[in-house]
Amino acid sequence: MIFRSARVSAAELERVTGWALKPEGLCRGERCVPFAPASRDGIDLADVARALGMPLVEEPRAGLWALGPEAGGKALETAALPDITLPDLAGRPFRFASLRGRKALIVAWASW
Amino acid sequence: MWQELRTELYPRLEIVTVALEARGGSAAGPWIEKAEPTHPALIDEAHVLATLGVINVPTGVWVDEDGTIVRPPETAYPRQPAFKDRAVPAEATPLQREAIELTRRLNVEAERYIAALRDWVERGAASRYALSPDEVVRRSRPRPLSEATAAAHFALAQHLHAAGEAPLATEHFKEAQRLHPSSWTYRRDAWAIAGPDHPAIYGTTWLDDVKREGAENYYPRLEL
Repeated sequence: MIFRSARVSAAELERVTGWALKPEGLCRGERCVPFAPASRDGIDLADVARALGMPLVEEPRAGLWALGPEAGGKALETAALPDITLPDLAGRPFRFASLRGRKALIVAWASW
Repeated sequence: MWQELRTELYPRLEIVTVALEARGGSAAGPWIEKAEPTHPALIDEAHVLATLGVINVPTGVWVDEDGTIVRPPETAYPRQPAFKDRAVPAEATPLQREAIELTRRLNVEAERYIAALRDWVERGAASRYALSPDEVVRRSRPRPLSEATAAAHFALAQHLHAAGEAPLATEHFKEAQRLHPSSWTYRRDAWAIAGPDHPAIYGTTWLDDVKREGAENYYPRLEL
């Protein structure tokens, strides 16, 4: 999850991470974590990282920040498949959620 | 590799292939085009699937009709790969001989895996291979801070590589590997990007690492 600024808008945060800023805090799906932005000018990624238990890595030479996934538990905290979206070769986005209603085998592979 | 099985089992089962390729379509494209898949064939440049606990390929995840994972990431071969039966050519160098013999020792259980998959497709939740949600979570890999941080470094590395910032990208590829030494996908994708120079850049090779970690551990025995 890459950002070009250490402070982002709520819209950008939601677009990149799926976490939406709501009155009750940061929410994704049915889960909410208490959170209040320290400033009206945006949301500090460092505050998000602390609230969600995510590592934040900065690359100052390129002006980039990266949030990692939540740390400290299991890779799968529940058995619900995350709604990951990935592109096909033509760049068309495919949502894992669209697999609902049919059994699916997701296979990771590589050319290397 | 999966199209034949998809043709046989669809629509009872959909297969989605995901190429873990930081170089994106330029690396995975020729393979996908040759396979002519009728199933979704996706590309994961930043290795998002690592967040599910994918650390090697090929790895499969079973998902039921409700979007519930019933088997977490595990080695998934549709059939015995050619490397398991590869003969050592007479003209092979000692290094080539060692590599061929080592790959023949890798643990591949394609027959068991596909038999289990067919059983689940046929019997659904009644299949003994369909795990409960609690068991799926129990079997899921732990995600310590170091590995979560590695994911951020890998995403940065991939982004920098795509932007043409090769030296900076290499730094972050190395950091991802240091923080998540169990991940073969972080190692091998970065090596593929570096090309023939990768031993000089990363200080190791696939052969060296497999020998050190044990061929029998490269693909853990399936817990079916």
